[in-house]
Amino acid sequence: MTIDLGFWTLQTLNALQLSMLLFLLSVGLTVIFGLMHFVNLAHGALYALGAYFAASLAAVGGYWMGFFLAPVAVAGVGVLLYTGLIQRMRKSGPMAQVLVTFGLIFALLDLTRIFWGDLALAIEVPGILSGRLAFLGVEYPTYRLFIIVLGTAILAALSLVLSRTQIGAMIRAGVDNDAMAACLGINVERLFFIVFCVGCALAGLAGAVAAPLLSVTPEMGLQILIPTLIVIVIGGLGSLKGAIAGSLIYGFVQTFGAVLAPQLASVLIYALLAAVLVIKPVGLFPAKG
Amino acid sequence: MKRSILTALGLATGLAMPAAAEDIKVGLLLPFSGVYASLGNEIEAGFALGLEQFGGETDATFDIVNEDTEVKPPVALGKAKKLILQDKVDVMVGVVSSGVLGAVRDMVHGAGVPLIVANAGNDGATGESCSPFITRMSFSNGQVNRPMGQWMYDQGIRKIYTLAPDYAAGRQMIEGFAATFTAAGGEIVGQDFTPFQKTQDFGPYLTQAKSSGADAVYVFYAGGEAISFVKQYDSFGLKAELPLYGSGFLTSPLYVNAEGPAAEGVITALHYVPTIDSPANAAFVEAFKAKTDRMPSEFAVQGYDAARALIEATKAGATDRASLANALRQVSFEGPRGQLSIDPATNNIVQPIYVYETVAGEGGLTQKVLAQLPAEADPVNGCEMAAPVSN
Repeated sequence: MTIDLGFWTLQTLNALQLSMLLFLLSVGLTVIFGLMHFVNLAHGALYALGAYFAASLAAVGGYWMGFFLAPVAVAGVGVLLYTGLIQRMRKSGPMAQVLVTFGLIFALLDLTRIFWGDLALAIEVPGILSGRLAFLGVEYPTYRLFIIVLGTAILAALSLVLSRTQIGAMIRAGVDNDAMAACLGINVERLFFIVFCVGCALAGLAGAVAAPLLSVTPEMGLQILIPTLIVIVIGGLGSLKGAIAGSLIYGFVQTFGAVLAPQLASVLIYALLAAVLVIKPVGLFPAKG
Repeated sequence: MKRSILTALGLATGLAMPAAAEDIKVGLLLPFSGVYASLGNEIEAGFALGLEQFGGETDATFDIVNEDTEVKPPVALGKAKKLILQDKVDVMVGVVSSGVLGAVRDMVHGAGVPLIVANAGNDGATGESCSPFITRMSFSNGQVNRPMGQWMYDQGIRKIYTLAPDYAAGRQMIEGFAATFTAAGGEIVGQDFTPFQKTQDFGPYLTQAKSSGADAVYVFYAGGEAISFVKQYDSFGLKAELPLYGSGFLTSPLYVNAEGPAAEGVITALHYVPTIDSPANAAFVEAFKAKTDRMPSEFAVQGYDAARALIEATKAGATDRASLANALRQVSFEGPRGQLSIDPATNNIVQPIYVYETVAGEGGLTQKVLAQLPAEADPVNGCEMAAPVSN
């Protein structure tokens, strides 16, 4: 084995790329939970829908059409879900919510199978993002770098919105104490709705971004759900900082676990999850102090 | 008068009996939902085509009952019980996942219902847990990969890095290859088994393979994992410096078009590719394309040959569970895959293996056959059963 600095650079980039993909997914889920105390297990199914929308749109108008329109389409599905189902379930307690969204996973999974079939689909990476870039003494696939850059950009935009704008302040107030926020004249219900749609759009974006890298199968939503839940439990429910920390921890543990202890690769992250739950049950960066 | 009419009737039916067509009830036990749904549908399409094409050769008629295993062993066991006890089928065909095969094995064996395995490749099913009632018309995991060891050594490849999902089939495929490759004098410089159906990103493993100093990489992946793997392998630019070889499921015609140009140049071995140059295969490909508008995959041919085997068994005079089981063990015919027979020692199929390269052709990717490796019976692997009764 010729393991040198380049090897570790590549693996670090691999870890970052996985983290950013998970971040796109978990940030939506965690903010929805933090703000609405609503456990949306169907978030993974929305990610799969995003990938399918992107695959269909890409077949018509090329990659970028899928990239820009798939999140919008998934947000549209989010609007339907919100008005049709989630609004009614708001006050019905976590157990009923978990059951309903758990059922939604399977309903959406079978719907994708009926519409798109069982065979896996694929999207070609657009010309500008195909190939590899050489830097830091290594060659890395451009598309993976694109995911890292995109994730970082979304992270920067979200933290700017949350910490510097009025709507960000309203969201933070809502997460902190929604009853008090409502008393202060914030339309919490409308805020919920907006945040829910943005969260869905981000899940759709994650699906569209992941589609060329992975294959688009009906089960992809189920496969990503557990990692996403692990990320938000480790990071702490409801916080942006938690989502990014959780994603980075997951990405690095998973990647370097596969390299350094391949036999333990699939166990390590669960062991870490158990440790976090025992030592700090609220997660590393909980939203509420 | 009345009595004589009855006698005449009885006589007539008695006389008519031998000429009356035997009705064989077939239970198709396949996944029509779950991760292997596409495979289940492909096998069913092949099976239906086989009955359609060869059904005229036998007097027997076939009554098909479909059951969905959902790729869940407990569900499949329930469905198998239903087929055996309630529908009283004469023969069962199907089983995609080896986990499902393991679950229904004792039920099938105990009830004495013949099962034609149309996919599940677990070596043990025709090894230590073989049964005179289970005949495999598909392949065994070791069988597909074993001939590749010597072949790759003969191509001048000496150092190999292997990758496969961490479950029974993945390990058996790689073991089959590694055993013959090392016996030929080659060296396995590194091995990784990735968590099965939990690995979407192969980046870490690919980076490791790259720095291992191997001449080539040999892998087994199937379905969605195969698509992700082949595309990621190409995106890291490994194909040029580290040629990709593997078990042929990696670039199956069923999903190779989803892999796109990334699959070009990948060399793999399999028991069937749609470009085999023979009249039997040309006829099959044409009929399948006319029906489904796509190229048949190895799964389709497995269903097709399962139907053919069943028809051959009825042609040999088999009518019920016991005689069907006995006759199925002795079928032999020339199909799209070439000359096929059943090894009476294990009930596994004996068939040639094709080494093929995925290349760009008109209207998509196609398979260029590089070599046809001779058919070899699997090692007995602890299978003990009485020889079939010849008639």
